[in-house]
Amino acid sequence: MPVKVIRENWPGKVNTITLGIGSQAIKIGGEGAFPFLAFEGKLPYRPVVACEVWDEEPGDWPDLLTAPFAGVIDEPAAWAKKCLVYGADLICLRLVGAHPGAKNKSPQECARMAQKVYAAINIPLIVVGCGEDEKDAAVLPAVAEALAGKNCLLGWATAENYRPITTACNNYGHSLIASSPLDISLAKQLNILITETGFNPGSIIIDPLVGALGYGLEYAYSIMERLRLSALTGDKMLAMPVICFVGQETWKTKEATISDFECPSWGEQARRAILWELLTAVALTQAGGAIMVLRHPETVRHFLAHLTSFI
Amino acid sequence: MLLIGERINGMFKDIREAILNQNPEPVRHWANYQYKAGADYLDLSPGPAVEIEAQPRIMAWLVETVQKNVPLPCCLDSTNPAAIQAGLSAHQGKAIINSTSADQKKIDTLFPLALKYRAAIIGLTMNEKGVPQNAADRLALAMELVVNADQYGLPMEDLYLDPVVLPCNVAQEQVKEVLETMRQIKILATPSPRIVIGLSNISQNCLNRNLLNRTFLIMGLAAGLDAAIVDLTDENLLEAVSAARILLNQEIYCDSFLSVFKKRG
Repeated sequence: MPVKVIRENWPGKVNTITLGIGSQAIKIGGEGAFPFLAFEGKLPYRPVVACEVWDEEPGDWPDLLTAPFAGVIDEPAAWAKKCLVYGADLICLRLVGAHPGAKNKSPQECARMAQKVYAAINIPLIVVGCGEDEKDAAVLPAVAEALAGKNCLLGWATAENYRPITTACNNYGHSLIASSPLDISLAKQLNILITETGFNPGSIIIDPLVGALGYGLEYAYSIMERLRLSALTGDKMLAMPVICFVGQETWKTKEATISDFECPSWGEQARRAILWELLTAVALTQAGGAIMVLRHPETVRHFLAHLTSFI
Repeated sequence: MLLIGERINGMFKDIREAILNQNPEPVRHWANYQYKAGADYLDLSPGPAVEIEAQPRIMAWLVETVQKNVPLPCCLDSTNPAAIQAGLSAHQGKAIINSTSADQKKIDTLFPLALKYRAAIIGLTMNEKGVPQNAADRLALAMELVVNADQYGLPMEDLYLDPVVLPCNVAQEQVKEVLETMRQIKILATPSPRIVIGLSNISQNCLNRNLLNRTFLIMGLAAGLDAAIVDLTDENLLEAVSAARILLNQEIYCDSFLSVFKKRG
């Protein structure tokens, strides 16, 4: 007797977002089912990888992570180009130097940097600020203007600073990362606040602030599952694709940063750290993440191979 | 839950006159009003004033007038199968047939129509003997409808069982029976059949109707109610529904839950 496959019929789906312009544009989202359950609905676009590039040479990255970028790590445009070779679908430029506690770079300086990196690559660009709400509210509008019409993805908009960033993204044609701290109600509320300014909900991407393996991964996982379930059951204020800053979370864990010498029983650091980043990314893809922001090229290679084996 | 707007019904004077004069304006007005207030479906009933032979034409006219104005499916409310058929053939999207009783003859007439037009159908837990006086007898009739749905191949999620709400001033002891019926309907089949009520019945000829209506609706939702034919002009009712959706975990909480719900239409 043939087994009858039970299928859920979902009334809603995740928004589709196009990033970039012309032949370089890519699409994400659009899922009408849970991740990898293609028999229940359409999963039109595969998850994508964004490689992180900093505007300043990172001072606290382990050698293992800086080695693949030797010679370019103090030159963001060249660093970004190197990421193309490593298979990046997008570049994620992070304006660390804008932080008031770091170099406190001006919005104009940051905007020029973003233009320079944009000019060096032929794939879509994500630009995130320094994570300080007030400074990002000044920096991101300048970046938005400098990249007008390029359909980039800018972040992070939070409950504290979303107004100027939303206005700038609206005026200059960019999508927006709405970030809230691991809380689905806060994520929904922020999306509502952003759309109440007249911003298109179809241009928002949710950053739920994920945790790495061993550091709250399961909280992020269950929130992302609920996000997808809400999108599929028709909640328009939670139907946004999700971006996961996997690299930033992984490369601050002790499992990724402690050397072989310091902890021989944990095995080789190179293998351990990359597995840590990879497993975090793989798990969050299972939870429905659309964009994985990664750091190590080996992680990118393994992650893309993993996707190919599934899709 | 599905909110089905009750207002386009020939029992109301303005709609009765609109039907008699073939004046689409009041129908358009109430279609737009209920749509904006958040209705998921609009109940359409020609009412008792329309001659039996005119009912199919009137039902089709109501469906066309409504669907030209708002993007909503309709709940075709008539005891006349010819009117139901005329409404179904004019209808776009997934209609709900309102309704069949648990009488085999009616089931055999209306279930095939539901299947033919891929419509859902409301099955009343009553038959030619009237409305049962307790939950057990209502459930026996509910089971008749479930078995028929199974035999006809009607998807269980397209069967809306109506446990028949009676006015609380004449059948006060029946309210608890109806709630108990709802709880048990959910375990009659897997997937469960759905449950619908005509809410305003609970408060016919009572004072404080809105208070009775919304209190009963919330009790019903807690017992598994999926849909109700309601008065969408009752803002307090809609606010209570938005709170119930949160409390029953049917929607993710956020601080703006009330304003988001109100903007739904």
